[in-house]
Amino acid sequence: MSSMSERLIASTALPADYLNEEEIAEIEHERTLYPDTRAVGLEALKIVQKHRGWVSDESLFAVAEYLGLPVAELEGVATFFNLIYRQPVGRNVILYCKSVSCWIMGCDEVKEKISGELGIDYGETSEDGEFTLIPVPCLGDCDRAPVMMVGPDQHRNLDEKNLGEIFARYRKGRD
Amino acid sequence: MTEKAKVEITIDGVTYEVNAGSNLLQECLTLGMDLPYFCWHPCMGSVGACRQCAVKQYRDAEDSAGLMTMACMTPVQPGARISIEDAEAKAFRAGVIESLMISHPHDCPVCEEGGECHLQDMTLMSGHNYRRYDKKKVTHRNQYLGPFINHEMNRCITCYRCVRFYNEYAGGEDLSAQASHHFTYFGRHRDGTLESEFSGNLVEVCPTGVFTDKVFSENYTRKWDLQTAPSICTGCGVGCNITPGERYGELRRVVNRYHSELNGYFICDRGRFGTGYVNDAARLATPLDGAGNELDAEAAGRQLREIAGNAIGIGSPRAGNEANFALRKLVGEENFHAGYSDAEHACMQLAAELAGDPRFYNPSIREIEQADAVLVLGEDVTNTAPRIALALRQSVHNKALELADGANIPRWQDAAVRELAQQERSPLCIFACGATRLDDVASDRVIDTPSGLVRNAIELAGRLDASAPRTAKSHEALERVAGQLLAARRPLIVAGTSSGNIDLIKAAANIAGALQKRRAVHENHGGTAAPVDLCLLTAEVNSMGLHLHLMTRQENSLGEALRKLSSGETANVIVLENDLYRRAPHAQVDAALDAARKTAVLDLLPNRTTAKADLVLPVTAFSEQQTSYVNYEGRAQLAYQVHRNHGAACPAWQWTGDFEHFRQALLDCAGSVAAFAKLGEVLPDTSNLPSGIKVPRQSERYSGRTAMKANLNVHEPKQAQDPESALAFSMEGIPPRRDATILASSWAPQWNSNQSISKFQDEINGPLRQGHGGTLLLEKKSEGGEFKPVPANGDGGGLELLPAFQIFGSEELSSRSEAIRARMTDAYLAVSPADAERHGLQQGRGVRLSGGGIEAIALTCIRTQMSPGAAALHVGDAEIDYHGLGSQVELAPADAPEGRGLGELIVSDLVRMREER
Amino acid sequence: MVGNPLTRNIDFSRPPLDLGAYEATGGYHGLHAIARGLEPADVLDLVKESGLKGRGGAGFPTGLKWSFVPMGEKAPKQKYFVVNADEMEPGTFKDRLLMEGDPHLLLEGMIIASYAIQASKAYIFLRGEYTDSERILRKALAEAYERGYLGRNILDTGFDLDIIMHTSAGRYICGEETALLNALEGKRANPRAKPPFPQVSGLWGKPTIVNNVETICNLPGILAWGIDWYRSLTKGNDHGTKLFGISGKARTPGCWELPLGTPIRELLEVYGGGMRDGLKLKGFLPGGGSTDFMLPEHLDLNLDYDDIAGAGSRLATGTLILLDDKTCPVGMIGNLMTFFSHESCGYCTPCRDGLPWVDEIFREFERGNGTHRDLAILEEHVDYMGPGKTFCALAPGATAPLGSGLRYFREDFERHITEKRCPYKN
Ligand SMILES: Cc1cc2nc3c(=O)[nH]c(=O)nc-3n(C[C@H](O)[C@H](O)[C@H](O)COP(=O)(O)O)c2cc1C
Ligand code: SF4
Ligand code: FES
Repeated sequence: MSSMSERLIASTALPADYLNEEEIAEIEHERTLYPDTRAVGLEALKIVQKHRGWVSDESLFAVAEYLGLPVAELEGVATFFNLIYRQPVGRNVILYCKSVSCWIMGCDEVKEKISGELGIDYGETSEDGEFTLIPVPCLGDCDRAPVMMVGPDQHRNLDEKNLGEIFARYRKGRD
Repeated sequence: MTEKAKVEITIDGVTYEVNAGSNLLQECLTLGMDLPYFCWHPCMGSVGACRQCAVKQYRDAEDSAGLMTMACMTPVQPGARISIEDAEAKAFRAGVIESLMISHPHDCPVCEEGGECHLQDMTLMSGHNYRRYDKKKVTHRNQYLGPFINHEMNRCITCYRCVRFYNEYAGGEDLSAQASHHFTYFGRHRDGTLESEFSGNLVEVCPTGVFTDKVFSENYTRKWDLQTAPSICTGCGVGCNITPGERYGELRRVVNRYHSELNGYFICDRGRFGTGYVNDAARLATPLDGAGNELDAEAAGRQLREIAGNAIGIGSPRAGNEANFALRKLVGEENFHAGYSDAEHACMQLAAELAGDPRFYNPSIREIEQADAVLVLGEDVTNTAPRIALALRQSVHNKALELADGANIPRWQDAAVRELAQQERSPLCIFACGATRLDDVASDRVIDTPSGLVRNAIELAGRLDASAPRTAKSHEALERVAGQLLAARRPLIVAGTSSGNIDLIKAAANIAGALQKRRAVHENHGGTAAPVDLCLLTAEVNSMGLHLHLMTRQENSLGEALRKLSSGETANVIVLENDLYRRAPHAQVDAALDAARKTAVLDLLPNRTTAKADLVLPVTAFSEQQTSYVNYEGRAQLAYQVHRNHGAACPAWQWTGDFEHFRQALLDCAGSVAAFAKLGEVLPDTSNLPSGIKVPRQSERYSGRTAMKANLNVHEPKQAQDPESALAFSMEGIPPRRDATILASSWAPQWNSNQSISKFQDEINGPLRQGHGGTLLLEKKSEGGEFKPVPANGDGGGLELLPAFQIFGSEELSSRSEAIRARMTDAYLAVSPADAERHGLQQGRGVRLSGGGIEAIALTCIRTQMSPGAAALHVGDAEIDYHGLGSQVELAPADAPEGRGLGELIVSDLVRMREER
Repeated sequence: MVGNPLTRNIDFSRPPLDLGAYEATGGYHGLHAIARGLEPADVLDLVKESGLKGRGGAGFPTGLKWSFVPMGEKAPKQKYFVVNADEMEPGTFKDRLLMEGDPHLLLEGMIIASYAIQASKAYIFLRGEYTDSERILRKALAEAYERGYLGRNILDTGFDLDIIMHTSAGRYICGEETALLNALEGKRANPRAKPPFPQVSGLWGKPTIVNNVETICNLPGILAWGIDWYRSLTKGNDHGTKLFGISGKARTPGCWELPLGTPIRELLEVYGGGMRDGLKLKGFLPGGGSTDFMLPEHLDLNLDYDDIAGAGSRLATGTLILLDDKTCPVGMIGNLMTFFSHESCGYCTPCRDGLPWVDEIFREFERGNGTHRDLAILEEHVDYMGPGKTFCALAPGATAPLGSGLRYFREDFERHITEKRCPYKN
């Protein structure tokens, strides 16, 4: 692999140390878990996203260069999956379940309330850069619907009353 | 040939015999049935994505319900019962096409695919004609993909063929499927030139108008309005079959013409986009005297014959056989000289000698694809014989096919075969002075200087056969490579004449010879064994043809011709389609032409040689003439005239005045030059054409014929006559039934696209039903012995000079086409980082080369994988005296010449440009 | 004897059992049975005899699936075992419960399964959003390595096994076992053609078994307590217990381990507490979003593969989604269609281009613009995207609630057309 993509990267003139040591260490660890670099490519995107919030063009190039994978192929993978963000997101990503059980339990109404509170619709980031609202398929807590995740945390049995308190917890300076 | 196993299946109540091991779609198409499909491609197998080829399959005689199945994904089983006509199957296929069309822009009137669109054909065939979808369509942004290809994503039907061809088949890396569900997008990661040398095939692989020919766009014409004829690509020595199309006297485009043994369905981008020179305003249109005055044709012809009285003739590897023969006849056999460099001359002699050696076999492209271990010696195949590089890429896939056989996965199950094999490939070892564009599939690479490569090759031969000469120096990969070649079922050695390194060809012969000997011992207890594949690539479209004219006069080199002229031994010279400055040291050419009393040049574009001529005769371009060429295999093929001559240009055989008709020239050549004894066989079999009836060059729907020239004269002009071939410059006539070489274009009822070719094949991917794929001229003679290659002494202090080839820029005529020029770089010298540092060279800056008493300036191109000690010079269209520089050069920094720079260079190992540039 | 082998250790009022505590309740007995001399073929036989069927949706007999893996000298040495923990089927929340409630049960099951097919590497393909499961499983993995239940030469059996945690980058199609393999390989998760089946050519072209989390959690019990015990657990034709769940407007939604063959009514009324006050059951999806609707009249059927199939649906994941009489069926199906349409991988035509059309039509119904022509198009699509016509089972899954919904709730669709609005909205 690698041949043509290298040239592309040469023209982007990324600093050689774009990926930080921690990221590189984590990517190298993933390498030990998979017999093929392609598999590490997707893992590396997740790692970079974990550190930087999203996968910018530069990050994509850097990962491609580091692993010797074609950029176009990596882009094809990055844009396939729901949880790789190719656009900047807020400090906290809200994954909002809008699948069937939550829908039956009124998630649309709760979502309206969230949109009102944060001033954002699906796919948008609040003005203060704190929250991005992304719809996701069923979060697997259907008996306690409606459900959402904020960052890594699951919040269940949402109703119009408990939202404010939840969001307050994630605002900067409060955690 | 072994007979293929057959099985019986029943389709809509009729029983047929079909090929066992195949799939239903392929067999239905072989049987001539109209079963629609998209994602399947005859050369790329099945993936089952589009679901367009659905048929009903019944379990047994009792089963009347049946199950829907995708024909392309269903193996033929003995006794299988299927239905194409079943109402449910038809309804489903109609559903699929309706789905595919829901977001399609329905822009056929402005779409360049219109009239040869597989999607149009299939839409009709599947019975979709009314649009019910009334919701919002999905739309996409198009990308800039460079000077060759347009992108119109809204026409996409998501068949995945483009990425399957571009990435999996051709090894490209800058096109991918992106996003998902109905937003799936096919493009680059961002705007930019598509890097693959085979990108043009996307135009034909895409079943609709997503990827179209940008060069053609500039002067677009519908397929049915193009005048077409079967032709041969003149881009390199492979001789791919093409169909050029003309309108209003201009060559508009080139598409692939199927040949089962050679190019199959694909050609390279030089071949497709490199013919713009034919329409160049600078084309020579009238005979000129030395002062640039126009002459009338008769006077010019007379002058030529006068000059011929005491002349040397210099032939041309880019001119056809009849032109070379006419010149040879005009000046006499003893005065006819080679038109390529002396180094190439020697290589050609050796190549032809090896072609006559029964121990070796020069394989066709189809056969190259079957190799299961390959050794490439010093030839940058992607840049010198691109279509063969594509074939070598397929050869490494044989390992996957072998694994698939073992796992009972049918070979046509393309995705499954690739998933099973992952990175496992048949071995491909490349001996080169630096990185090549096949490295990504190479199992081993030996990187060294030209002389170092020879030493390694000698060593490898020694490892195969103890009696072959060997040296001490060796490379760790050699042991492995020797083992792989010995273990292979069908090993292949590839070398060529391009770099003029005859010792490498000798070493290649020794390697192949040793292999053959070992195989003979092994297979046959010392008896004879099958010959070993030794593919020797020739540089130009008719290098081999020119050689055959020189067979009996091997001493008639170009150097000898120049010497005879400089010394006054011969007074005049007639140069056929050749810029001598590309072939020999400039000082020698100057001396010869200055000494010559009269210089006559026949060519189609002005160049440094025509500038020195006392008589210039314009000749026809490849698409304006009928002629035969001989490719690297020794295969003679006939190319037909597609359109009228440019101005007063005519084929060289007409200028010499010895022949009235093309046929005469060809048959006289066949009759008087022993090597061409079988040339007459290239003439088509027209026995089924009633007398006077010809094959039309224009389609039945050719429009505007009477109005085309109405701005000049309202009277309809008389159609041009073609007394020279079986083809007519008109719509009248009938398509050929006996001989596929006169198939002017591929079309069948309901099949307007190039996929109609299946209607002409005896089976999918098989020879064309009408037969005739050219004539192999070279005969086997006697076995030769071992050679004694002598590696050049590389220790002269300087760097060993070798030529660097580029698909876009190295071939003389194509590099005068606008589209190709957009992809060309300046002349450059590729060196290793160490040598660059030693000589104070910087990436992209200038370098002064000195050697052989002359100097030249080029751009520095530092490549991490170049062998230290080697310097590869790409001349391109710069007036660099390559042959004058000699075999060793000294380097020094210099100012960079203003020009195109290195921007368009696509190599894997370019050292990063310095930030300030 | 244990009656609830899957959930016996689960108690969410405390953290899940660590390795020691798990062992104290009889955990890792299955593994020790192997160490005492069970050959891989013996394990395979046990699983075959147990009658265990896959709990990932398709209900394919697990032992039979394993038996297709080429074994012996000539077979590829490297084999892989993969646990499908991508749970993303709408209305399904059973695998999360097992992983977060008793992680060692899954790990022990994985060791047993990997041993049976002699896979030296196993991957947990975990849904990326399941961050709690990831944390809990990683801790359990560390304990198992520490204890020598993973790694080289496990309990002196000569068997090596590494278990690798892979968190998915998210897409429903990754749950389809061959798409899952592509995702694990770092590729776009389009499904692969079958045949060849993963058992022959799977992960990186090597023989691979993919099993659902719950399927695997059945294995420790089978090895520890035997076939007779396992068969005795059931009330019906299929063997063992299964997790059953209820979501929607029941009084006490939840997830419980019950014998296969338990009557649906019992699940709804005893465990789910019946419908909430003032609501009536209008229909339900018995096993997640890709199953056909069933009606109140089916409540007396048993939660058994065949019984449910007899009513034209599938037991699949066994998690019921309830539709009550105040919730719009058109809206509910429309919600599912949006999901399926978005989650289509985009590989084959009927799914990629059929579902968005269907989804668009539902949006029109929602806005009161639905027509009879639209309804006819919906009906056509049920057949058009049905089994055998698409590349994988995603689109056929979507046609299950669509087709049955159109059949059972036709009147609701009609009312949307005639009233030009959603009759359930006020
Ligand atoms: C679209 C689609 C999604 C699926 N999602 C899951 C899933 O999330 N978890 C799961 O275990 N099986 C899922 N399956 C079923 C798997 O393909 C496979 O049958 C299962 O993992 C096999 O495990 P089992 O034999 O243990 O049931 C899905 C199937 C399809 C077609
Ligand atoms: S049914 Fe087709 S498009 Fe849909 S998920 Fe499966 S393969 Fe992809
Ligand atoms: S041609 Fe058969 S599915 Fe596409």
